[in-house]
Amino acid sequence: MTTGFEKAQVTQPSDREVKVVRSFKAPRDLVYKAYTTPELVKRWMLGPPGWTMPVCEMDVRVGGKYRWRWRSDDNAKEFGFHGEWKEVSAPAKLVHSEFFDPGDVGGDMGEGSMITVEFTEDKGVTTMTSVMDFGNKRACDAAVATGMTDGMEQSYQLLDSLLAKR
Amino acid sequence: MKPAENRLDRTFVALADPTRRAILARLALGEATVTELAKPFSISQPAISKHLKVLERAALISVGQDAQRRPRKLATQPLAEASAWLERYREAWEANFERLDGLLEEMQRPAARRKPKKK
Repeated sequence: MTTGFEKAQVTQPSDREVKVVRSFKAPRDLVYKAYTTPELVKRWMLGPPGWTMPVCEMDVRVGGKYRWRWRSDDNAKEFGFHGEWKEVSAPAKLVHSEFFDPGDVGGDMGEGSMITVEFTEDKGVTTMTSVMDFGNKRACDAAVATGMTDGMEQSYQLLDSLLAKR
Repeated sequence: MKPAENRLDRTFVALADPTRRAILARLALGEATVTELAKPFSISQPAISKHLKVLERAALISVGQDAQRRPRKLATQPLAEASAWLERYREAWEANFERLDGLLEEMQRPAARRKPKKK
């Protein structure tokens, strides 16, 4: 089993953006495929343990829409994201909007964000760089602190409470 | 909203202003009075005091013992909490990427050795 080739790095290039960089030991077209094929996305984009992805609809083309929903193993509550592709340049670049779908979990992430994902390859190693632009500082801070982690926070809280019971 | 999340919001709002970040950078070098903190900026002392109130409400700074001088100093714990959220965010993404590592490895195996597709 391949362990993480290079751990994800998360930074804030400006007050309104979050940047994630991660390298993979695979050619670029395979990484791009894993990012844009619904059957494959469902297998890895699951967040922390304890969630499944019952909805993964993706129409990867300019103007095409996507819809993602995650469901908690613990209480069957769901939340998700949806949006639309603005730019599709296989296998180098994807740009899409992202709006939070509060589902049963609730919370608010404001006006949504614009996400730019770029893939570059060097000798069989592909680097993925993803920049999320929230449009303003307030929305970015809120997303990192609460909104973006609302669904994930449930998992951590559950884990914390289970550990406390031991 | 839980009290911890309220404070975290206040922490991020407090950090979102460049003047307040400069004040924190100055206080990292040691405590200072309002007069001392106002010196590098072209804004008024009342304006500086407003910034200090925001930082105090976020518990990023506290007021020192001297009742007359009322120096401000850094309180370090909330800053650690703010970066803990970024770290948690990073961990959630790293969980995804480790799964993706496994999937990519599977995709690159010769067809005969590939595991059957899981349901």
